[in-house]
Amino acid sequence: MSFHFEARFGAIGGQGIITAGAFLATAAIMQGLNAVQSPTYTSQVRGGPTKVDVIISEEEILFNRGTKLDLFLATAQRPYDLYYTDLKDDTLVILEENLVKNVREDGRKIIKVPIIELAEKEIGLTVTTSVIATGIVVALTEIVKPDTMKEAILSRVPKGTEAINIRAFELGYEVGKKYR
Amino acid sequence: MSNRKGVYTGNELIAIAAIDAGCRFYAGYPITPSSEIMEVMSKELPKVGGAFIQMEDEIASMAAAIGAAWTGVKSMTASSGPGISLKSEHIGYACITETPVVIVNIMRGGPSTGFPTAPSQSDVMQARWGTHGDHPAIALVPGNAKEMYYETVRAFNLAEKFRTPVFILGDEILGHMNTMVELPDPSDLDIVERKIYSPKQGEKYKPFDMSKGDVPPMGAFFRGYRFHLTGLNHNEYGYPTIDRDMIKMQQERMMKKVENHVEEIVKNELFNMDDADYVIFAYGSTGAAAKLASKMLREKGKKVGVFRPITIWPFPDRQIDEVITSGKYKGILVAEANLGQIIYEVERVNRGRLPIKDLLKVDGTPVSPTDIVSRFEEVF
Repeated sequence: MSFHFEARFGAIGGQGIITAGAFLATAAIMQGLNAVQSPTYTSQVRGGPTKVDVIISEEEILFNRGTKLDLFLATAQRPYDLYYTDLKDDTLVILEENLVKNVREDGRKIIKVPIIELAEKEIGLTVTTSVIATGIVVALTEIVKPDTMKEAILSRVPKGTEAINIRAFELGYEVGKKYR
Repeated sequence: MSNRKGVYTGNELIAIAAIDAGCRFYAGYPITPSSEIMEVMSKELPKVGGAFIQMEDEIASMAAAIGAAWTGVKSMTASSGPGISLKSEHIGYACITETPVVIVNIMRGGPSTGFPTAPSQSDVMQARWGTHGDHPAIALVPGNAKEMYYETVRAFNLAEKFRTPVFILGDEILGHMNTMVELPDPSDLDIVERKIYSPKQGEKYKPFDMSKGDVPPMGAFFRGYRFHLTGLNHNEYGYPTIDRDMIKMQQERMMKKVENHVEEIVKNELFNMDDADYVIFAYGSTGAAAKLASKMLREKGKKVGVFRPITIWPFPDRQIDEVITSGKYKGILVAEANLGQIIYEVERVNRGRLPIKDLLKVDGTPVSPTDIVSRFEEVF
């Protein structure tokens, strides 16, 4: 069986999760893999439930949404409730500790991290939540190399925000390592 | 655009392909989920000497795209269902004036403003019959990122070749997904260039000259000669007419120019069909889901293939008939993200010969491979 990985990140519109998904897909592509990032969002610009599916594979990706997720991450209750589907028995679940309170204990491994608190206290900017989340994901799954991920982030973030995004990724990566 | 290998959204690929195919005019009005096409055109068209206009509304942008085409350039507009409804009046005008223009519809949920950010395939009949009156229709349904590029190039070629509007029907998933695509050098593409007709000294140009074949040569405005275009039934010169023979001949020729060339317009992908017992008929992003579903079903020992049209109009009657008459298949599952549109075309061709089942979905989420697998197991 060749390498195939599916991740879904659920969040609230404005947290930057769709862009964070694009970072991960771009990093995978930089490592020579096939990858697709496929977003879902609502008409509300901010505040609506949002998700992004990222599929990384050695083979041609036929369909660009997740069907058997290896990883599910949610930073808020509503996207958790809405998008907690397409799971496998061993899907790794990563949740925002303070915002996803009503959790289904269904036998899957659940890791709870206070991601937004980290963004506020350690980085000083809530909008870095999603980049911190990708750091956690990369540390836990080693799906791409951290250096490639940073390269991918630098290739896509607006000018002037490079340093803060890299710091957020590194913070997430360090935090994620503790949960391995 | 110097680096041709990169990560693009489907909408970006349509815009880049349009420019590579020679499009030099874009008029539009922003609408989710197609706006990124407009964004790229606004940045890139001026760099290649083209013109971009954000018009006051959808109707005006269709009109501007038609007008630009008659100045001698390739032109395009893009929208989504609600915008296409508004454009429909002028789409009819483009049909009767035989104007080459590419119209992109990145489909979302409907009717009316529906569900702006949700994928849908509920405008496929609109692309055929959205504007009133008998008219030819060409509509392409790309099913992946690469096809978003190449089918856009083909759309421009078909528009030029047949002097008629051509639709590209994408959907929200195809428009917004990001993936890696290696684009060709534009000079390697087969591009149909317009040969603008120039009348001889003293000759009166006939924009609808029936003696020159099914597709009359196209002239252009501002080249030192005058001609007339109208939405009314017209004669060879483009002037309104009530001559019965003229109306009939012009109308029939307009239909024939596409009907007589169906074979070169139709394009399908047959996936896992050779040894299959059953067929999934699906297009666009549902076609992509069907391909994965076929693989999943084969893992369970069920031999299922996929018939994926890439041209939806004109409809691939002959090719589907071939599948049905081959005697190899026991049934067809038609999957589409609407409440039943293309399935009736498949049934029309089928004439009751094979069992046809449906998978129709309109809940704002795409038809997924797992949807198809479970529906297949339920009905076959």
